[in-house]
Amino acid sequence: MEYAIQVEDLTKRFSDTQALAGVDFTVRPGTVLGLLGPNGSGKTTTVRILATLLKADSGRARICGYDVATEAHEVRSLLGVTGQYAAVDEKLTGMHNLVLVGRLLGLSKSAARRRSDELLERFGLTDSAGKLAGSYSGGMRRRLDLAASLVGQPSVLCLDEPTTGLDPRSRSAVWETVRGLVADGLTVLLTTQYLEEADQLADDLVVIDHGKVIAQGTADQLKAKVGGQTVEVRPADPQLLDDTLRLVTEVIGNGAPSVEGGLITAATQDPSVLPALVRRLDDAGIAVTGLALRQASLDEVFLTLTGGSDEEKRTVA
Amino acid sequence: MTTAMGTAPLDRPPVRSRVSPVTAFRQGLILAWRNLVKLKISPAQIFVAAIQPMVLTLLFVFMFGGAIQGNRHDYLQFVLPGIIVQSMTLLTASVGTGLATDLNTGIFDRFRSMPIGRSAPLVGAILGDLVRHVISFVLVLGFGMALGFRITTDPLSTLAALALIMVFSFAMCWVSVVLGLLLKTPEAMSSIGIFALLPLTFGNNTLVATDTLPGWLQAWVKINPVTHTTDAVRALLAPKGAESAASPAIYTLLASAAILVVVVPIALRLFLRRK
Repeated sequence: MEYAIQVEDLTKRFSDTQALAGVDFTVRPGTVLGLLGPNGSGKTTTVRILATLLKADSGRARICGYDVATEAHEVRSLLGVTGQYAAVDEKLTGMHNLVLVGRLLGLSKSAARRRSDELLERFGLTDSAGKLAGSYSGGMRRRLDLAASLVGQPSVLCLDEPTTGLDPRSRSAVWETVRGLVADGLTVLLTTQYLEEADQLADDLVVIDHGKVIAQGTADQLKAKVGGQTVEVRPADPQLLDDTLRLVTEVIGNGAPSVEGGLITAATQDPSVLPALVRRLDDAGIAVTGLALRQASLDEVFLTLTGGSDEEKRTVA
Repeated sequence: MTTAMGTAPLDRPPVRSRVSPVTAFRQGLILAWRNLVKLKISPAQIFVAAIQPMVLTLLFVFMFGGAIQGNRHDYLQFVLPGIIVQSMTLLTASVGTGLATDLNTGIFDRFRSMPIGRSAPLVGAILGDLVRHVISFVLVLGFGMALGFRITTDPLSTLAALALIMVFSFAMCWVSVVLGLLLKTPEAMSSIGIFALLPLTFGNNTLVATDTLPGWLQAWVKINPVTHTTDAVRALLAPKGAESAASPAIYTLLASAAILVVVVPIALRLFLRRK
């Protein structure tokens, strides 16, 4: 099968940072791949290499079979890119921005205008078509940027953190749009730091950290792979939090329990810990207001995989 | 493949491996249109660019005119062609500034990720700017004439003067492009970049005759292409005696060619590298 995106052992070094240390993944046509990772993990670098804006030091990447390094022009005509920062001209109107892209892609004046009208309509920007893009809100600018990426009807779309900095309403509007595009047959590579976003949109996930792929699979596979399940205990008396924590640690062993707002959370592979925990709590006379065993959330998967809190130490690539 | 968007299908041109030079030039023109649309939206820009040379003309003619040449009208005849050349040379800084601005907004990432000629954005920036040069030439010359400047030659010579300035401006625009790509921010460009242009724009014979200067400065002024462009434009618009425009014009053309040969490859290299 020909993959829509095929990335093999990509490496990229900036003067003092190894941004990519051998990244591999593939994306099947018509699916959404969520590229997940903390700031500075190499997501944007990967997208920029795919978009032919950056050269990898080694490794290969192909879009619909075309090599991004040696067949860049072909890649550019098949790929739409929407970066982290909206790449629109603030001093032009929304309409002019889209017409400009259409004309550059070889459309006639009237065809470019028609195409722009369609896209403005689809992205709910018709009323603002004649206003300068600089006066648009963040959400509108993102939508205009996305529309500009679609003027040339790409087969593959790279969305680099498309909802970062957007309010929840604009965010779900972008999600709706992405779903629509996938329904139309587009292949999407979506980078995000929001687990919920990946959970909502992506068919498959690739988690990268420090420029390496540390896990991949569907959201469910990843959840099952890491810890599997999570035990939550909330003692009725907050005074007993420490005692409860000690008890949970004894029962679960190496589940690395954490405490937040009076709630103890611990990962476990073994569902039988729950009855054991109930017995021990009963013996110790600790009353609880909450006790649950549930599947780990993608957030926990992410934190477990990326080692949680060392984000500050990283330099952004 | 399914048509994206579910709207009227667009005939996507076949996937090509490169852009023909003609197509690339056409794309350059489209990108020049982008700059001109902005000019249309805020036409004040062009007046702002023309105000400085106008004020300079007033200042020099009325403050120094009497002292330097003894006669305001004679000094106006002498200084205006120089101010036009000087201001057009300074105006080339705006290409670099515009480029530095674009580099910081991500719009060039959009262009560079599109299947268009690699150098089209640069060509577009320069062509768009040259239109502003023509407008500025007309405005400053018109202002000078309102003050009493007289073109003592013919319309053809006037057009030749404009053409010569445009050739030199075209070359200088590429210098500005290199500065813009190296300095990377509009702020740096409007301070350091303009400073870098100072020896060219002021180390010349715009305001005073070369032979009034100290020897070392004369040496530079004689090399400076702006001096020769100014001489040629003076001879083409308002010659004092029978001086010929030919040799300074040839010097200007050769200097422009030399600048282009050196600077264009550097500009393209800087612009096209994928970091």
